[in-house]
Amino acid sequence: MIGRVGDDIPLRRDGTVRLLPWLIAPMVYLAALALAGMLALNGVLDSWDRGLSGTMTVELPPAPVPPATDDAVAKTLQVLRATPGIVSATPLARDAEVKLIEPWLGSTISPEELQLPRLVDLRIASGAALDLKALRAKLSAAVPGAVLDDHRLWLDRLYSLAVSVEATGFAILVMVGIAAVLTVIFTTRAGLAVHHDVIELLHLMGARDLYIARQFETEAMRMGLSGGIGGIALAALTLWGLGHAAAATAVLGEEAKLLPDLSLVLWQWAALALLPVLAGAAALATARFTVMRALARMP
Amino acid sequence: MGRGALPATQRMPCFPPQAASGGSMRGHLSRRRTGEDQHVVRFENVGMRYGTGPEVLRDVSLDLASGSFHFLTGPSGAGKTTLLRLMYLADRPTRGLISLFGQDISRLKRRELADLRRKIGVVFQDFRLLGHLSAFDNVALPLRVAGIAEARVKKNVTELLEWVGLADKLSARPVTLSGGQQQRVAIARAVIARPQLLLADEPTGNVDDAMASRLLRLFEELNRFGTTLVIATHNEQLASQRRFQRIHLVNGEVAAPADAVRA
Repeated sequence: MIGRVGDDIPLRRDGTVRLLPWLIAPMVYLAALALAGMLALNGVLDSWDRGLSGTMTVELPPAPVPPATDDAVAKTLQVLRATPGIVSATPLARDAEVKLIEPWLGSTISPEELQLPRLVDLRIASGAALDLKALRAKLSAAVPGAVLDDHRLWLDRLYSLAVSVEATGFAILVMVGIAAVLTVIFTTRAGLAVHHDVIELLHLMGARDLYIARQFETEAMRMGLSGGIGGIALAALTLWGLGHAAAATAVLGEEAKLLPDLSLVLWQWAALALLPVLAGAAALATARFTVMRALARMP
Repeated sequence: MGRGALPATQRMPCFPPQAASGGSMRGHLSRRRTGEDQHVVRFENVGMRYGTGPEVLRDVSLDLASGSFHFLTGPSGAGKTTLLRLMYLADRPTRGLISLFGQDISRLKRRELADLRRKIGVVFQDFRLLGHLSAFDNVALPLRVAGIAEARVKKNVTELLEWVGLADKLSARPVTLSGGQQQRVAIARAVIARPQLLLADEPTGNVDDAMASRLLRLFEELNRFGTTLVIATHNEQLASQRRFQRIHLVNGEVAAPADAVRA
């Protein structure tokens, strides 16, 4: 065969290099799952945050006689409607309260059998700076035992959990990245050792370091890219399966899924699709750096 | 004709067919002779040891003039290969000064050293042909390394391989070639980029006397066009057949002034 330009070093026949895609593929697979998990979690948090921002709930203690509670609701509404920044204050009807607990306790229970607190749903004007401390004091004065819930405690705990999960995902990404770089370094060094004679010959003919490095980096990029594509394809299948599994848990209706919605939007898929490209680019840069360092030790 | 012999019609060709950079070889060489000066290789008190071992070369001083032809002789283990390795920049001396083409190699940058290596052709004792490449691609290597256009590479390599009698072996892998044919491929590879300095380590070690004599005539032809040659051999008879300068090494030292010993 004649005319094998840029193929002076027989890297494609090298078993170590041929193994590279099989090592890169599971790494990209893991990285894709970790990244998808982080993106999905972000989406879920955003939707929760959006749902809860600008809303608060006033919880009134249950009274033994319903009219007394209705009176408490009236007093509460009076306080709330006199407070600037509150757009609306709507008491939840008894039926609506019962419906909220119906998935867990069934529909046969009458509201009178349960000592349910009365709830008042508030909508806050966007950008309004409410003095929550003063509002709580006014509500307590009007209805002893009234609680103003701004969902902050729940959201804060959820956020700290999410941050922990995201930090774990990020740590997995970093570790996978380090493992991939080390794999390429190992493979490139093995290639340098196996083909030392050819490399020395090219060096003695006046080949610049970059001429030799380019052969390694091209091969490493090819292998990294093919391994990355294999890994991302597997990850896409897995995510598709998980998305379906999450959707199937909506046995209690759309509002009561056991798992949050794990589907990704277009830009998130695009971010995942970048992983093989990143794997290829990282392999290229690592191979070049490794070869250039090794060649620098030659006279 | 034996398997390793050059074809009779091509024994004394006008070499090489065409200059790698265009124009005639003769014109190119004559420009080089007038433009550059005399000393292609200069060693001053060069010593060389591998690791912590004993010195394999000691206080070697020599000047090789441009266009000169030298036999490097001496018994096995005298340091001939080490001296050649220093000349083709495979090793750095542990002491002393080496200048090639008037440039102190210790002061050159990496890129400049690569440029310097492109002026040097080497015929290795064991040929060092790349087994996964064809004869054509082996010979083409120095041109591709130098970034010569592929069309010119194809033309020059094909003509040179025809000239050394291997026109029908362009696609052959080295393993399918005889020792003599491999040697011709190795020599073709060493001269394809028209080196200003050609170093050959026992280039006649694997061929019969007739072939050795023909190869020497090839080297003489190259030298006639201005290439400086250093041929390492332990074959005293071969070296004494020609009236060229000799560098004789004994125990890592030059036994007589390089330009004083004549056959």
